[in-house]
Amino acid sequence: MIELTIDKKKVQVEKGTTILKAARKAGVEIPTLCHFELCDMGIENKPGGCRICVVEVEGRRNLAPSCITEVQEGMVINTHNIRVLNARTTVLKLIISDHPFDCLVCARSGQCELQSLATQFNIRSLPYEGEQSRYRKDTSPSIIRDIDKCIMCRRCEMMCNEVQTVGALSAVNRGFMSVVAPAFEMNLEDSPCTYCGQCLSVCPTGALTEVDHTNDIIRALSDSSKTVIVQTAPAVRAALGEEFGLQPGTLVTGKMVSALKELGFDYVFDTDFSADLTIMEEGTELLQRLKAYLAGDTEVRLPILTSCCPGWVNFFEHNFPDLIDVPSTAKSPQQMFGAIAKTYFADKIGVNRKDLIVVSIMPCIAKKYECQRDEFKVDGNQDVDYSISTRELAAFIKEANIDFLNLPDADFDDPLGESTGAGVIFGNTGGVIEAACRTAYEIYTGKKLENVVFDNLRGMEGIRSAKVDFDGIELNIGIAHGLGNARKLLDEVRAGTSKYHAIEIMACPGGCIGGGGQPYHHGNSEILSKRAAAIYTEDERKTIRKSHENPSIIKLYKEFLGEPGSHKAHSLLHTEYFPKSNEVTLHLNGEI
Amino acid sequence: MSQNIKVNPEVYSFMEKKTGTDNVEVKVNLSKEKVDKINEICNMFDNEPRELINVLHEAQHEFGYLPAEVQDVIAHNLHISVAQVYGVVTFYSYFSMIPKGEHPISICTGTACYVRGAEKVLEEFKKELNIKVGETTSDGKFSINCLRCVGACGLSPVVLVGERVFGRVSPDGVKAILDEYRK
Repeated sequence: MIELTIDKKKVQVEKGTTILKAARKAGVEIPTLCHFELCDMGIENKPGGCRICVVEVEGRRNLAPSCITEVQEGMVINTHNIRVLNARTTVLKLIISDHPFDCLVCARSGQCELQSLATQFNIRSLPYEGEQSRYRKDTSPSIIRDIDKCIMCRRCEMMCNEVQTVGALSAVNRGFMSVVAPAFEMNLEDSPCTYCGQCLSVCPTGALTEVDHTNDIIRALSDSSKTVIVQTAPAVRAALGEEFGLQPGTLVTGKMVSALKELGFDYVFDTDFSADLTIMEEGTELLQRLKAYLAGDTEVRLPILTSCCPGWVNFFEHNFPDLIDVPSTAKSPQQMFGAIAKTYFADKIGVNRKDLIVVSIMPCIAKKYECQRDEFKVDGNQDVDYSISTRELAAFIKEANIDFLNLPDADFDDPLGESTGAGVIFGNTGGVIEAACRTAYEIYTGKKLENVVFDNLRGMEGIRSAKVDFDGIELNIGIAHGLGNARKLLDEVRAGTSKYHAIEIMACPGGCIGGGGQPYHHGNSEILSKRAAAIYTEDERKTIRKSHENPSIIKLYKEFLGEPGSHKAHSLLHTEYFPKSNEVTLHLNGEI
Repeated sequence: MSQNIKVNPEVYSFMEKKTGTDNVEVKVNLSKEKVDKINEICNMFDNEPRELINVLHEAQHEFGYLPAEVQDVIAHNLHISVAQVYGVVTFYSYFSMIPKGEHPISICTGTACYVRGAEKVLEEFKKELNIKVGETTSDGKFSINCLRCVGACGLSPVVLVGERVFGRVSPDGVKAILDEYRK
């Protein structure tokens, strides 16, 4: 242990601890900007670049950046004397001098860490005038890059390369010219970006934001010739309350439904319903492959991989095009919902699919891209017309002047609003595979599953492995969240050394509850675990907790689809994948 | 190296890119031998990501510049993203994504050459070829670079064309030097 003094407080910490962490242990907060941490997940960004966290170390000539300076025995540190405060203020003013002043109309206003620091440091004038860096705006189907607002903290680069191993973003060029950009400064759309949105969930400013579709929805809602329906993903209800000042982990399902009705949606449905439907299709596929494997079929592709997560789908299309027949062909719940809404439901209410607008509320940024994919269109008409994030929904509710906190609870509409506990837990890492086990167990063994909770599938470790007993047959289950972890399991599959029968993969750390479209967690990993707990609470509250017992699902198969895996189910609820090259060399026109 | 590489030098000029909207379209086809050569270079450094700068040095020595495709293969071998490779290539002015001309012109702007008028000589080359420092003429014949002191200060100002040294060059003499290679 090393003993040091921080602001006259004695503190003991392990060797190798940074001054920043030692100070936190001593109860002293040091402001930071580029530094970012999700400690439970081992995610940390500390380039030591911004110099906001400088402190005075007695006996040292210059000020020390506390986020990267390790403690030494007997150090005496001052974190807020006049020399330190002046230095921090000067640094901040210099950063702001190369930042646009359009806070009033910035998508990140109110949630911007640069703005918060300017408030905290009481900046009231900007003495530094000079050239500001200018870069083109880049808009992809999901993400907008406005690099003029980038402060080069490089959190996004860390997320994209180290955590997600996507490698779409890097700091390029030098000095005043430096920007964070894809290779060769191509557009994000042409890069291997998966639209997981983790870059924008850690961006401290408005440099990376989602494409906002709220206005399209307002237009549809005010068009009397359109029937506008909405589906809400499981993870949204566990996080939306945060945007209205509620404690993380507060479930706001009923209020959310009320708010959507107030906003004017004709029907408020639940993606949990189509999550149950996903289990019927994906579970059937799992059992089919498993039975074939047990019968000695050597051609069968195992492990089966889940396919609910569009960021993950983009990732394997880019990075594992050779394994494209391994994932389940089941569409994601969002797209299953769209396909059923624009056929079964449209027929039921007698509306042409072109006059039915399907909106989705998602914790996800990649869903925006997913719903625009060509294979999810019929004659150019998308199955899901617009997808907005939890954050966009919160902003929409505020814009509509709805008093969210005082709304009564309301119930989802029938028939696409009924769901089970299995559908709800899709929002957590491990949830999809747990839901699949609940159904697959009963169908495979023909026995009733007494305990529906699979504790060994739950948790927050990046890669988890568990054995599930299917009445004598042991199923090896793998779970990965975060694309870097997914890559490790996929490398095993590619090498033929994977021990698993089924693997669940979610692109975002924590699963959908930590999605790129969720309220900003600002590095507080406790928020993620509280959201996860809320999801499991919602599951416990449900009387029906197995997808195949959902009465609306049973009815849907009886009236419309036939059996799971039927020809009709296949044409509506299954999809195919397309290999995408990660190489930048797409147009060849020369030789060296 | 063949000379049919289509390069739009504007794409690599930062200021142009800031206002432009076009993506990089510089594409060359790497023959199998070239890919093998890059693999060999990466192997020399055990495909170690930390050796990226050394790998890039060797690759640029081999190819004369670092086109996107070369960076792509290097990224693949070193198991890092091509975005990160591009990040390093753009950070160091030594690395270039523009092929040098058939006759690369290097003008010494070291102290001795500078005080004896190297800048005027440089201006004359730029004017005569209508390119900037670091660029290559559209026919691929000439490129201009500056360097610091070739150790022949007695001959200053010094200009190198390829490996050939021209001493005591005056702005008036620039055209004659170029004409020799224009034939």
